[in-house]
Amino acid sequence: MTAARHPRRRRLLGTLSPVAASLAVFVVAWQLVVFVSGFPPYILPGPLSVAEAFVRAWTDGTMWPHVAATLVEVLLGFALGASVAIVAGIALARSPLAERLLSPYLVAAQATPVLALAPLIALWFGTGLPSKLVITTLIVFFPVAVATMVGIRSVDPRLLEMARSFRASSWQTVVRVEVPAAGPVILGAMRVGVTLAVIGAIVGEWAGANRGLGVLINEARGSLFDIPLMFAALLQLAIIGVALYLVMLFIERRIVGAR
Amino acid sequence: MHPVPEPEATMATPSAHGRGTGAGIRLSGIGLTFHGAHGAPATRVLEGIDLEIAPREVVALIGPNGCGKSTLLRVLAGLLAADAGTVSIDGQTVTEPDPRVGLVFQEPRLLAWRSAEANVRFPMELAGWSRERQTARADDLLGLVGLREYAHSRPGTLSGGTRQRVSIARALALEPSLILLDEPFSALDALTRERFNLELLRLWERTGTTIVLVTHSIPEAVFLADRVVVLSPRPARIVADIRVGLPRPRRLSDLDSAFVSSLAADVRAHLVDTTDDAIAMEEARMAIPAGLTPRDLPRRYAETDPGTPALFDPFAPEDES
Repeated sequence: MTAARHPRRRRLLGTLSPVAASLAVFVVAWQLVVFVSGFPPYILPGPLSVAEAFVRAWTDGTMWPHVAATLVEVLLGFALGASVAIVAGIALARSPLAERLLSPYLVAAQATPVLALAPLIALWFGTGLPSKLVITTLIVFFPVAVATMVGIRSVDPRLLEMARSFRASSWQTVVRVEVPAAGPVILGAMRVGVTLAVIGAIVGEWAGANRGLGVLINEARGSLFDIPLMFAALLQLAIIGVALYLVMLFIERRIVGAR
Repeated sequence: MHPVPEPEATMATPSAHGRGTGAGIRLSGIGLTFHGAHGAPATRVLEGIDLEIAPREVVALIGPNGCGKSTLLRVLAGLLAADAGTVSIDGQTVTEPDPRVGLVFQEPRLLAWRSAEANVRFPMELAGWSRERQTARADDLLGLVGLREYAHSRPGTLSGGTRQRVSIARALALEPSLILLDEPFSALDALTRERFNLELLRLWERTGTTIVLVTHSIPEAVFLADRVVVLSPRPARIVADIRVGLPRPRRLSDLDSAFVSSLAADVRAHLVDTTDDAIAMEEARMAIPAGLTPRDLPRRYAETDPGTPALFDPFAPEDES
């Protein structure tokens, strides 16, 4: 089972080794900055103390409930936002009237920072899961809906004529021709959307929540005043974001890569 | 590329792959005007076209570029509604795409995300056939066009000619009694094109359908057809209807005979404004559609757009990085 006998594995190794190298450089540079500047740990903790805080938070059970809460918000919010966005994108692509009626509101909703809307949403939907889902949905919606619309609009009209010659109904055309043809564009937007969903969940947690990584960051900075723990929570957040991005990318590769 | 596939046991009778009887077609007084968008002038494309086609006949429509041959074919397919006259297939008026008609386009128009087999099943899925029936029929059709071994290949991995064969198999899926072909082999090189024309005739012998095809090659029209219908420049009218008395089955060597040459000369005499120079100029113009820069071409003609490139993508094939 050596890497040399497995081309796939060797390729993955070839991709991962520069990533590992750049990570090592980053950690060393970080340690150097801490060493040279002499910042105290409550301003900039070194990588070792952050790693220690990270391990401690996982072993003493501090981290998991917050991670679980944030993951649920991100995944549900993303699923909800992306599904609504795909349906809306199809409607917008097929009906110029719908686009004319709805696009001003869509753009206005996108142009208003979610951060500014969050307190209002927390006021209306409370501090539980629903407010997080609303915020996450809002932030995921726009890029996915626009990509779906553009993707479907740019489907080769010759394919649509072909489908029509075989008497495809509009539903059949959407499901069997338009959405699969726009698939790469939609999946690309979903890949961006999943990282935005993480932002949505944290913003929602800041506007009011009692669990989640956003809450942990606030507590670490405030009542606990444990800056290494705050960094550990940030690290955890980055890991979640990168992992979700990679999962989406993997799904995209599996679906689109075969073409 | 393969030689013409041998008939297989299941195809001994024409009825195994078609209804055995082609459809009779009648076009009477067909006229069509395209109304330009945003105040552009309207264009009269078709004018008073009367044409009767007997069951199992092969008819080639030929005419100067842009005369409306393809438009006439789309009217016949029920994709475009004429604003004068009627189209009827076996006595029934056609107003929308008809299940008795199978259409082959100039480009294969395959769905890039489906295998060859799944592309052939596409019309059957739309028609709501059972899965077993779809599989059996697709297997038959791929055998008929000699592509069984490519059943699970994606269009992107097939050559242009092979893709066009898949699209012919797809057109035959619902056992049409009329096949319409819109310059089906014009993208292929001359040698491949001759072989495909021969294969098309073998398919026609086995399936027993009526065939109407649009072409701008006179030898091709004469070689394939029982009748060559010559159209005038826009608005298209029928200027000649030339019967090709060449015995069947036809062979490629027929193309070199004096008989075919004299028929071709006869057809050419009726073609207005199509000196060799005019044809060459027109083809050069068609190669790059107006308003397109050459840089846009690959994207415009790609079957699907590529996905957005990834910022960080460890799954990317090695040759991309």
